[in-house]
Amino acid sequence: MNGDILMLMKFELMVTIILFILLLLKLGKNKMSTGNLLNLVNILLGVNFIVGFFFNTTGSAFGDMFLSTPLMHLEKNILNLAILIISLQSREWLSTHKHVPEFYIILLASLSGMFFMISAQNLFMFYLGLELSTIPLAALANFDLLKRKSGEAAMKFIISSAFSSGILLFGISLLYGALGTLSFEQISITMNSQPLLILGFVMLFAGFAFKMSAVPFHLWTADVYEGAPVAVTAYLSVVSKGAIIFVFFSVLFTAFENIFISWYNFIFLISVLTMITGNLFAIRQTNLKRFLAFSSIAQVGFILIGISGNSAEGAAASVFFIVIYLFSNLGAFGVISLVSAKTGKESISDYKGFYKTNPLLAWVLALSLFSLAGIPPTAGFFGKFFLLMSGAGQNNTPLIVIAALNMIISLYYYLKVVKAMFMDSNENPIQKLSTGFQAGLAFIICIVGVLLTGLIGGCYEYIYSLIHL
Amino acid sequence: MNLNLLIVIPAVTALGIVFAKGLKQVRFVAFAGALIQLVLSFTLLFLFTQERNSGNNEQFIFQAVYNWFPSLNINYHIGVDGISVAMILLTAFVVLAGVLVSWKMEKMNKEFFLLLTLLSAGAYGYFIALDLFTLFFFLEVAVIPKFLLIGIWGSGKKEYSAMKLALMLMGGSALVFVGMIGVYFSGSHSLDLITNSQSYIDESTQRIFFPFLFVGFGIFTALFPFHTWVPDGHSSAPTAASMFLAGISMKLGGYGCLRAAVYLMPEAAAYYQPVIITLSTIAIIYGAFATLMQTDLKYINAYSSVSHCGFVLLGIGMLNETAINGAVLQMVSHGLMTALFFAAIGMVYDRTHTRMVKEIGGLLKVMPFIATVFILAGLCSLGLPGLSGFVAEMTVFMGSWQNPTTMYRFATILACASIVVTAVYILRASGKTMLGPIVNNEHLTLTDARWNERLAAFVLMAAILIMGIAPFLVTDIIYPGTEVMMQHIVSNK
Repeated sequence: MNGDILMLMKFELMVTIILFILLLLKLGKNKMSTGNLLNLVNILLGVNFIVGFFFNTTGSAFGDMFLSTPLMHLEKNILNLAILIISLQSREWLSTHKHVPEFYIILLASLSGMFFMISAQNLFMFYLGLELSTIPLAALANFDLLKRKSGEAAMKFIISSAFSSGILLFGISLLYGALGTLSFEQISITMNSQPLLILGFVMLFAGFAFKMSAVPFHLWTADVYEGAPVAVTAYLSVVSKGAIIFVFFSVLFTAFENIFISWYNFIFLISVLTMITGNLFAIRQTNLKRFLAFSSIAQVGFILIGISGNSAEGAAASVFFIVIYLFSNLGAFGVISLVSAKTGKESISDYKGFYKTNPLLAWVLALSLFSLAGIPPTAGFFGKFFLLMSGAGQNNTPLIVIAALNMIISLYYYLKVVKAMFMDSNENPIQKLSTGFQAGLAFIICIVGVLLTGLIGGCYEYIYSLIHL
Repeated sequence: MNLNLLIVIPAVTALGIVFAKGLKQVRFVAFAGALIQLVLSFTLLFLFTQERNSGNNEQFIFQAVYNWFPSLNINYHIGVDGISVAMILLTAFVVLAGVLVSWKMEKMNKEFFLLLTLLSAGAYGYFIALDLFTLFFFLEVAVIPKFLLIGIWGSGKKEYSAMKLALMLMGGSALVFVGMIGVYFSGSHSLDLITNSQSYIDESTQRIFFPFLFVGFGIFTALFPFHTWVPDGHSSAPTAASMFLAGISMKLGGYGCLRAAVYLMPEAAAYYQPVIITLSTIAIIYGAFATLMQTDLKYINAYSSVSHCGFVLLGIGMLNETAINGAVLQMVSHGLMTALFFAAIGMVYDRTHTRMVKEIGGLLKVMPFIATVFILAGLCSLGLPGLSGFVAEMTVFMGSWQNPTTMYRFATILACASIVVTAVYILRASGKTMLGPIVNNEHLTLTDARWNERLAAFVLMAAILIMGIAPFLVTDIIYPGTEVMMQHIVSNK
């Protein structure tokens, strides 16, 4: 019995084991050199990712509070991969940093919180996981200890996430008060459109919207992304956002399926607002991190369209899109991280003439941006296509037209960066940068993902088959 | 024949270019790839006619279907009919000529030939696609190479033009996308062209989504008032990219209007017929008069392309067999003719470093070959009998005259009248630049075309002459294809 539970929680356990290894190394007498430590961590994370594919068991534990299904295994694997890529990419930045073990301990604590959140079948468990994943992030945002912007970002993050947690808890308490249960399964049976329940749902929804930075709860995003170190920004924008979206649609589709008509309109409104706001603000940005912050807000708007389809296709398209988003966004962040660590330059105008000095890195960034813009043959095209197609299943033509128009706007600002890199000349371009083996490996993973995830139809079909189980 | 070869060869060529070193190797690989592709296209033509002659009357032959996303019923479905074969041949001609005129490309030559090859791969894929998803995929593949080609190697206000072109074409794609969604959810839950043509799409649905598809594809083929990317894009692009843009890229739109919009939604096409014809007539007249005002040779050809592509849409809009045959012929003819024209302008520009009409004159004396090419392209553009332009435009007029409604007769007369304007600007431009006295004495030392330029011009001129003198060679391929489509359209409209 106990062994079964341990196997069910294999993902969480693996992360915890790595966390403890690092803790022991930190406390131990013999200090490893930073380089060796980083190599060790990357190997451990690689092993963690590979083991994620084997010995998976399905079932539930803790009185059905914790569930483990093949879809959840896949979602956790996706997050593991993202952590591995981020870790490989941030080697350059971390190798000059004094607090490497602490960085990974906090990062992995947050990751295990996300795993719990994904597996949660109960609002209580969900909240626990959410807080476990959020609070360490504030410490991470402040990880460039000497930069004031970093401290500001952490402060903004902790205040806004505390606020959103408050709203979320209020929603949960209303739901509990009215229904007398916290379990998703029980909620789905008794949920109806009474005003009190709808109010509770709206609060819960607002909490989610905060975490995935949907408009009008997005105001923290740009400042935090800009202030935090690039590795943390990448983590926030890919892992954190991905995890919350996985949970979001599974909560909507299981617990709140009965009141679909009520939440469809919310999602419709919020996704339109999110897309338009994210896109229009992204046009004006000059800092690449802020630029990617707003572009990632716009991407959330697209994901919400897929979720609004309320179908297996919608869920599959969302997971599929997160995978693609992971590769494309991490590809972009990888380049930015490398440039930022070596030269400290983060503005779009600094990237003028980037192609002349660093052709390969320029292609990586360009392909990632094309994928974010949804241009074939990159995977982003397929991701966006399927999201919009599942959203169109509700026969809401205006939504699809608005989304299609937004794709034009987004192409404009992504192309602006491409134009700066390939066409503009610069007297003082970024010098030629050398990529280490590990960062190079991360780039290769990202580019292969960007190019092949969509073209190979099997990826989408695999996700779809897991959802249909 | 396995049609995938048409995409595989450009892909392999592109890979070869990546690994080639230096201009000589790069251009050799690109040239070899384009040449193999031309041979392959002729093989396709040969096998296609053989198949037809042996009594294979299927609408599309050499079909292949691969389940791409079975759960969404999205397939990679390819196959060709006569129209596609003609367009593939056109692409092969233009790409080969494009590679040849860029022979001396010094600046970032590897990237240049790589993007050009990728662009051609997109066009080949587009013309063999029989599933709207496949079609759309290849349509959009070409957007980024165009953006980079114009933005990096272009001249003048290149960044502005590149951005304008990319955004307007993306806008077209976005509209096409909405139309596709409409087709998918119209009941068939499929994006396959054949499946959808057989299942009936409700007329009210057709009326909603036809404009999306038609205007979306129309933007690619300079449908008035969405033609504004054409002059800027064409004139800022480097020679080979201009040739490709005007020669092939604009045809993607016309082909899509015919193959997807009109074929799948004939009732809506009949319903919106007055709008289509009005807009295309405006494009023809407006394009012709706007050309009169231009002083830059590339702008002259770009605006005249707007006018000539208006004939394509006019032919499609008339919804009868002759007119649609004319539209397809016009696509092929204009593709060849405008590519030749841009090649000639590029050769002139390379030598004189100007494209302004008033700064050049009497070039026939110093570069007789280039001048002849220039004048021949111009004559084809104004529809001289014996050249391809005459065959195509004549067929469009004959078809559109068959439509007895007064308004359409009027549109036909206006369109015919535009040929006079065409003659004015073509004769004026070629007379001023090629004949007469030499304006600038420095031009006396200029040299005539090199072998690669001669070969490029020869390839295109041969195609134009063959199509003009023996049009049956081309029409025999195209007509059976349009006939089947028209039967479907007429019986449903």
